[in-house]
Amino acid sequence: MSQSQSQGSIDPRRIADVEPVPAIAGEVATPVYHRAQPRVGGLGPLGWARANLFNSWVSTAVTLVLVYAIARIAIAFIDWALVNAVWTVPQTATGPNTARCRDLMGVGACWAVIGEKYRFILFGRFPYEEQWRPAISILLFVGLYVVSAMRRFWRRELILIWILALAVIGLLMFGGVFGMTYVPTDEWGGLPITLILSTFGLALAFPLAVLVALGRRARSLPAIRLLCVVYIELIRGVPLISLLFMASVMFPLFMPEGLNPDKLLRAQVAIILFAGAYLAEVIRGGLQALPKGQYEAADALGLSYWQKTGLIILPQALRLVIPPLVNTFIGFFKDTSLVLIIGIFDLLNAAKVAVAEPAWQGFQNEVFLVAAAIYFTFCYAMASYSRGLERQFSRSARR
Amino acid sequence: MSGTADPRLFAARRPPRRRISLSWSDPVLRSLVWQVVIIGIVVAVAWYLISNANRNLAARHIATGFGFLQNTSGVPIGESLVTYTPGASTYGWALVVGILNTLKVAVVGVVLATILGTLIGVARLSQNWLLSRICAVYIEVMRDIPLLLQLLFWYGLLQVLPVPRRAFHPVPGVFLSNRGILFPLLDWKSAHSWALLAFAIGLVLTTLWSRHARRRQEATGQRPPVWPVALALLVGLPVVVWAALGAPFHLDLPVLRGFNFHGGGSMTPEYGALTFGLVIYTAAYIAEIVRSGILAVPHGQWEAAGALGLHRGQLLRLIVLPQAMRVIIPPMTSEYLNLTKNSSLAVAIGYQDIVSIAGTEINQTGQAIEGIAIIMAVYLTISLSISLFMNWYNARIALVER
Repeated sequence: MSQSQSQGSIDPRRIADVEPVPAIAGEVATPVYHRAQPRVGGLGPLGWARANLFNSWVSTAVTLVLVYAIARIAIAFIDWALVNAVWTVPQTATGPNTARCRDLMGVGACWAVIGEKYRFILFGRFPYEEQWRPAISILLFVGLYVVSAMRRFWRRELILIWILALAVIGLLMFGGVFGMTYVPTDEWGGLPITLILSTFGLALAFPLAVLVALGRRARSLPAIRLLCVVYIELIRGVPLISLLFMASVMFPLFMPEGLNPDKLLRAQVAIILFAGAYLAEVIRGGLQALPKGQYEAADALGLSYWQKTGLIILPQALRLVIPPLVNTFIGFFKDTSLVLIIGIFDLLNAAKVAVAEPAWQGFQNEVFLVAAAIYFTFCYAMASYSRGLERQFSRSARR
Repeated sequence: MSGTADPRLFAARRPPRRRISLSWSDPVLRSLVWQVVIIGIVVAVAWYLISNANRNLAARHIATGFGFLQNTSGVPIGESLVTYTPGASTYGWALVVGILNTLKVAVVGVVLATILGTLIGVARLSQNWLLSRICAVYIEVMRDIPLLLQLLFWYGLLQVLPVPRRAFHPVPGVFLSNRGILFPLLDWKSAHSWALLAFAIGLVLTTLWSRHARRRQEATGQRPPVWPVALALLVGLPVVVWAALGAPFHLDLPVLRGFNFHGGGSMTPEYGALTFGLVIYTAAYIAEIVRSGILAVPHGQWEAAGALGLHRGQLLRLIVLPQAMRVIIPPMTSEYLNLTKNSSLAVAIGYQDIVSIAGTEINQTGQAIEGIAIIMAVYLTISLSISLFMNWYNARIALVER
């Protein structure tokens, strides 16, 4: 980095080589090349280590302490997770015999619980024979994310792909046609629930957020503006849990008699309302960042409000906010785990319930680690994608 | 509008008062119609929902209104900062206990997360590659795993601790058991209160003295010593007061008696797990904010400060941090708000904050709408107070431009 930068500019040392420092008050001028500092360390890995790990006493001490701590923790973890781990337990007539795991509790991990329960963690209480359906749904979701992440697919047809994929997923999960048995939503569970809540939540919150963001910016419509401000600030001021509580205990009260939408749908509505407020603020940032000239030019062309917004403003504003939007998505993906509190079987709740039965009680660390790994994979992929995108955008902006 | 001409000469040129023409091409009329239509729809939907709710409540024989707050509450509460007895105190009082519990987590969490996050953010910028990498990994891992999962994990770890009789005993006076964390507490005497008062007086005097020192420096170029005076006022004065009153010092140690501990200070596993989880999760976000704030200070500022001959402490305190703070404060505000809102996850691990207690009351009384309205009002008030305070602080440190 510094190498490539210094090539363009003038290297101060090179000038110093030819020009001596001017003599001060009669002192003899010292040619500067005598004063040039030697390179710290030298080349190669040894030089790198000297510059980055041992360049001062403090740094050396910090490095040594850290290496010691990491080694201790790594050895302890490997002992627990690999060396002393129990990978399978014998099956008996009354269920798995976990005595060996219990003996080694705290000493070795009991990965047998994962082998025994992974279907439950991933798919919850979905009928065992039919679990290929949520499995395909998960793959479809991942495929949808990958396609949406590729810039060559960023065009109008992407919306069609989304509608199609979400429809197929809905079909697979509900069933009831093509010989698939009908599965009600309270039997759904595990990772598909997490993906459904976050993906459907964002897909539906997005149009809402665009409208609210536009409404908040509409100077000529003070009443609508006030409505949007109240909505955004109200939702952003309260925790998601209170909205989920509202969905689970208050929502039924507001419905006409006899109509009681199921729990998953109610939670989904709460998540959409929640996500809408946060996304609206992100989109508003993009609308504000757009130069005023764009608005005026669109007006000068005689475009109507919706033409101006759809053709000129939104395409640019949304492009600006893609990195923060991805970061918001990560937040919502994690926040869907809160539905555990109102008793919906998402990935986290399935993991929690998997170790509730007496035979496996106490092995929660193992299942939580696996669930954490799944969440981490999704979030890390999104985060590094967002960072890459930000780099690309800033490169094109600098050019 | 703000031309160079004398506005008095142009008073007559104000635009003529517009009259609304009854045509769809008139933007004023159009916006009026749109607003009336949309507000009408919102009001109609709200009215429909409320009438549904009234009918449903009547059918279930649930009284509306906040009268239930005066009734005696049967909510059992494990830990409370004020006296509360289930069966004697009211529902309203139980909510106050919940609010205090929420504040207890939020205040402690904000302070600790700020300290930890700043340390990690600075360490992330360290020249030591290993330290910087470890901090980066920490930040990434914390941010990519749901907070609720982390809380359940920590709570689970605290629960597999041994029973009080076989509690962990890492340092004298500190016990870790499945009943919580116990630690020694200072036996508080009046001498300590006086010492605290002396400390407060010392703080005021130090502020006055440093202000005086700055004025002297600006006037004469000579800076009177500040640190020795500050040390004498802040440490010396309280110690002298404490010693003069007999220097009482007695630690109240937790002692195992029967099946549980007595004496000392204690922290329940719920509170411990919640605060710990919130702090290390939020610290990751704060670290990133601090890092980007410091990086936002142009490199020339560092070099200029170095050229002025400031040493590293002065450089950070006088040049870098004041500028970094301007970038840091706004996102930090929203992080504090997030921490406060995230403290509502307490309900998942059984810590009784406002959400948890209001939830129990909803179950006991059926007053769902009132209960949720209270939860929302409490959080809105807290959020508003934090943002007001932080906005005030932000305005104070903002760049004053001419």
